[in-house]
Amino acid sequence: MQLTVNGEAAEVADGATVADLVAARAPGHDRVAVARNGDVVPRSGWAQTPLAAGDAVEVLAPTAGG
Amino acid sequence: MSGDDLTIGGETFTSRLLLGTGGVPSLEALEAAVHASGTELVTVALRRVEASASGSMVQVLDRAGVRLLPNTAGCRTAREAVRTARLAREAFGTDWVKLEVIGDDVTLLPDAVELLDAAEQLVAEGFTVLAYTTDDPVLGRRLADAGCAAVMPLGSPIGSGLGIRNPHNVALLREAVQVPVVLDAGIGTASDAALAMELGCDAVLLASAVTRARDPERMALAMRRAVEGGRLARLAGRIPRRWHAEASTPFEGLPAL
Repeated sequence: MQLTVNGEAAEVADGATVADLVAARAPGHDRVAVARNGDVVPRSGWAQTPLAAGDAVEVLAPTAGG
Repeated sequence: MSGDDLTIGGETFTSRLLLGTGGVPSLEALEAAVHASGTELVTVALRRVEASASGSMVQVLDRAGVRLLPNTAGCRTAREAVRTARLAREAFGTDWVKLEVIGDDVTLLPDAVELLDAAEQLVAEGFTVLAYTTDDPVLGRRLADAGCAAVMPLGSPIGSGLGIRNPHNVALLREAVQVPVVLDAGIGTASDAALAMELGCDAVLLASAVTRARDPERMALAMRRAVEGGRLARLAGRIPRRWHAEASTPFEGLPAL
């Protein structure tokens, strides 16, 4: 199915969850946060949160900042 | 100096220097600067994972034993800032946030209306809000009244290194609120940090002045000493300014030669 990940069109398998997306997009990162359609998806809910076609997902990680 | 701790949001700090990581040239430089600065509170940001640092930056900070202070840099509306703060809480496991809501691309000055709105929402959600703001004492009071744990006025625009352009306003803001005041943004060199403390600020937050210095580690040490020196001078009480001289050596007993 088609969705938008970090501002770009992305194709993920039907039935994929937020946890699947994080594993694919942020390997080796800890302290990752995910927003789905603007709302935070808590880490504890990643594996139980299925993605839906048309979702806008942001996968974020720490960076330097003032 | 023992017995002169800083308390923000119920947490106690020995150091009165908060360090930002923005602009840091390397992880090695960051680690050296954090150590030299003596800081206990370090700002970090969240970005899309493709643009983010690898996990090692946070590892360096964890190893240094500092507390992380996520920011909402780049947010332009209360809505964006609140959402970013929620994401930061999830990522970093802290409800502390450096609230930053920018209203202008060129100056990066805070948007007072959106800032106050975001502060009210985040305080209501249980965040410990350290609000980056202008040097306006009235806005500072409004932020403190809204429940912010600290008010953080700029000295001059972010990254400008122009120092404290309106020391009087900073001193007035210090008088206007009961919560800690942290001079945030605009520090260029050590004397700026010392001035902030002499004006009565409780702490200084700086990033670029250290991370973009030719020698970040040495500048971090300079800032540490400047903050300590300025704090001591504030507590010691400076002499009044006089228009004319006042002799320090007595005239009494002056020989006729």
